[in-house]
Amino acid sequence: MFESASELSRRFAALRSGADFWSLRHVRETGEHYRVRRDVALPPAFGEDCGAMLTARVAGVEAYAATSDLSQAGLQAALERAERMARALAGHALLETRDLPLPGGVEDDVAPGYERPLAGPAHWFEVLGAESARVPRDARLVDWSVGLAVTCVEQIQLDSAGACLRRAQRFVYPSLSVTASDGHDSQTRSLGGFNFGQQGGAEVIERLGLIGAAPRIADEALQLLLAPNTPGGPRDLLLMPDQMMLQIHESIGHPLELDRILGDERNYAGTSFVRLEDFGHYRYGSPLLDVTFDPGRAGELASYRHDDDGTPARREYLIRGGILQRPLGGALSQSRSGLPGVACSRACSWNRAPIDRMANLNVEPGERSLAQLIGGIERGILMSTNRSWSIDDARNKFQFGCEWGRLIENGELRGVVKNPNYRGISAHFWRNLAAVGDASTVEVLGTPCCGKGEPNQAVRVGHASPACVFRNIDVFGGAAR
Amino acid sequence: MNAREHFHDLLDSLRPLLRGDEGFTLDYRAEDSEFVRFNRARVRQAGQVRQIHATLALYLGERHARFELSLSGTIEEDRPRLRHALERLRALVPALAPDPYLRLEREPWRSESSEAGAPPEVATAVGQILDAAAGLDLVGIHAAGPQYQGFASSWGAFGWHAASSFNFDWSLFHANGQAVKSAYAGQRWDAGTFARRMASARERLEYLGRPALTLAPGDYRAYLAPAALDEILDMLGGGFSAQALASGASPLQRLFAGSARLSPLVTLDERVAGGLAPAFTGEGPRRDLRLLAAGLPGERLIGSRSAAEYGLTANGAGDHEHPLSLAMAGGELDERDILARLDTGLYIGNLWYLNFSDRPAGRLTGMTRFATFWVENGRIQAPVGTMRFDDSVFDFLGPHLEALTREPETILPAGTYGARQSGSRTLPGALLGRFTLTL
Repeated sequence: MFESASELSRRFAALRSGADFWSLRHVRETGEHYRVRRDVALPPAFGEDCGAMLTARVAGVEAYAATSDLSQAGLQAALERAERMARALAGHALLETRDLPLPGGVEDDVAPGYERPLAGPAHWFEVLGAESARVPRDARLVDWSVGLAVTCVEQIQLDSAGACLRRAQRFVYPSLSVTASDGHDSQTRSLGGFNFGQQGGAEVIERLGLIGAAPRIADEALQLLLAPNTPGGPRDLLLMPDQMMLQIHESIGHPLELDRILGDERNYAGTSFVRLEDFGHYRYGSPLLDVTFDPGRAGELASYRHDDDGTPARREYLIRGGILQRPLGGALSQSRSGLPGVACSRACSWNRAPIDRMANLNVEPGERSLAQLIGGIERGILMSTNRSWSIDDARNKFQFGCEWGRLIENGELRGVVKNPNYRGISAHFWRNLAAVGDASTVEVLGTPCCGKGEPNQAVRVGHASPACVFRNIDVFGGAAR
Repeated sequence: MNAREHFHDLLDSLRPLLRGDEGFTLDYRAEDSEFVRFNRARVRQAGQVRQIHATLALYLGERHARFELSLSGTIEEDRPRLRHALERLRALVPALAPDPYLRLEREPWRSESSEAGAPPEVATAVGQILDAAAGLDLVGIHAAGPQYQGFASSWGAFGWHAASSFNFDWSLFHANGQAVKSAYAGQRWDAGTFARRMASARERLEYLGRPALTLAPGDYRAYLAPAALDEILDMLGGGFSAQALASGASPLQRLFAGSARLSPLVTLDERVAGGLAPAFTGEGPRRDLRLLAAGLPGERLIGSRSAAEYGLTANGAGDHEHPLSLAMAGGELDERDILARLDTGLYIGNLWYLNFSDRPAGRLTGMTRFATFWVENGRIQAPVGTMRFDDSVFDFLGPHLEALTREPETILPAGTYGARQSGSRTLPGALLGRFTLTL
């Protein structure tokens, strides 16, 4: 762990610069990817990506240079490029960074179990191959795949004010999907869709239920192929955690990003229907809605002790009792807006600069069991596992689709329906939150690829959520409009 | 750093390390990019990224695995990294199961292109951009610099592609929140061309000052500008993959199965010449492929793996089976007649955030974004507030496609996930008799 730390510190100490402040963020990411598709082991892929971003502040202007050349000369050249660019931009910069707090601090943040070794390729291929073989032989099952990806990330942040912050994390992503097709229609059922991973080790695979899941997933794919389309019209909507996470992500997380509200993202990721003046009093959702930024939840994808600007991270309510409290904004955005925020300035790797991102963004559990949630619905639908998402640039008008739907009539689950979609408007949707599941319904999920920023970045984001019920939502199926 | 020389040095250091029946492929990608972000016509964030990545694949009979690693650009530093990757692979490949779908191209081939562009110095570009944006609310990104891609194998394959380019992707915002999106990309920055693009954006911005119209959901006549059609093709491109078609993952499966049709106006090629992507993939030289011919299915994109699995013949598509330079044929609609032929309906400049409502049915949803106008009797009346569409490609590019514009436009991607994207699409605008808005 932190193999290059002492050499890197020595090289950093030897850097020379005329900048007022400079910093280095070194990232080493290693990965291994295994997959068995239709009972055939695909060639495994491994990776090791190392580089550093050097940042220089000159007379209040900041610029960066990222390099995969980590030699003394390579780092010095990068720092000089950053300094030159900062000087060249004098008079053109939007922001004044002179008064920003310097992070400082010396701390190691090593995820629990990080140093516990994992098994090798032969073991994983055996596990994945056995799961693949559990998919029943049926000519309609045209494709299936079982996979595992493991990524380890070690980051070292050093700066000219003496900070040394080190972080080590391991991310584990199991995957399983089965596609059934009759030549005209096809339906895919998966374990968690695109959003299935946690920090940890081999226990994540067990905790997320990969082993032994294939027969059920295959059976559900076949059920979907035979199922009728989801009927159109207003219904109460029970969202399971593997769709709640997408709902939270798109219609709470992104709208609350402070850099969007400040206009930085208007050319790409978009803006927000939330305004600066809304914080502290805007009714975002029903009184049942409590949303936290929680970087301390063990195992969740974006648990950490400090963000990539070096700000210490702690749990905060973003929405409490349905009222908007604070945005997702790091130290820079807080300084620009005068609003309180959270430690969420994050970069995807060494080659991109930190910006405001979600981290762990969770809906807090309520008091209803799953049976009580279902029992409280007269005419509704359960939807599970996101497969489609689309939302406008202000994060307001959305349409989401799921893999799995079941109608609910008079408090009981009924038949399976395919192509369950729903649409709504964020500003109203959360006000229709009518019931929140208890802790027994909570799942800890997240996505490894939340996209945003110019240049573009995809980061890991965690979402823990209970199942939730929303009243009177516009639902519809596929094919005919 | 001389990237081509570096790639050769890597190959020279790798060849003597091979033993017995071992074979290798080496994929090489590098860029030296400058990125400048703008917000409110000032510089929001600026920097440079120099990165080099190589993917080494080791083959032993039918067994293989790959290792991707970052490199410094200094051969003395990179030689041991490459050797370490080789040793890691060598330690595990013999124990892997044979790959029944491995079909390696063992014939030697060579493809080389080098386009020496002249992207502007960052200070020059920033100066011109900020001068031109005086008094405007401009937001966007300027990305520039050289990019390199290489591929070689121990069987004599060698591909090299070097290009230097810039891509300025920006929006001008009106005080009412409406915006015009523009792009200026290429290999040589021309101050006059940039000034004309900015002037055109300023002109369109004036239309946005009118009060925005709120439309009710329903069916409308619509014109999709090339940038809007580009988003549609972005969703459909992967649908030509042989594996996607065989495994129920393609939105075009009904077209290829003969149970759905597109308009005879639609002809689509994967065209190597004129595109900005390398002329090769890891499976050899790319080929021109006619994917759609007058609305009917043509070739699929077939990598060697799919060829082996499904009994097809590979056509140079590479293992991703994704088009890199789509070109749609133009039609008879003169650009000057677009508004008149639209008559009354929506002029849609850009679409955004598309996804599938029902993939096998080719049904897509997405949002209008940036300059979208309501047109009556061939005249622009007002900007339109953001609307959601939800419609099947077999309808709006099927019986409801009325015309395509005469001169297709080349669109260069501004995407920078991981690295600056290469590739391009050349597309006309599309006049639709019916386009369904739902929210």
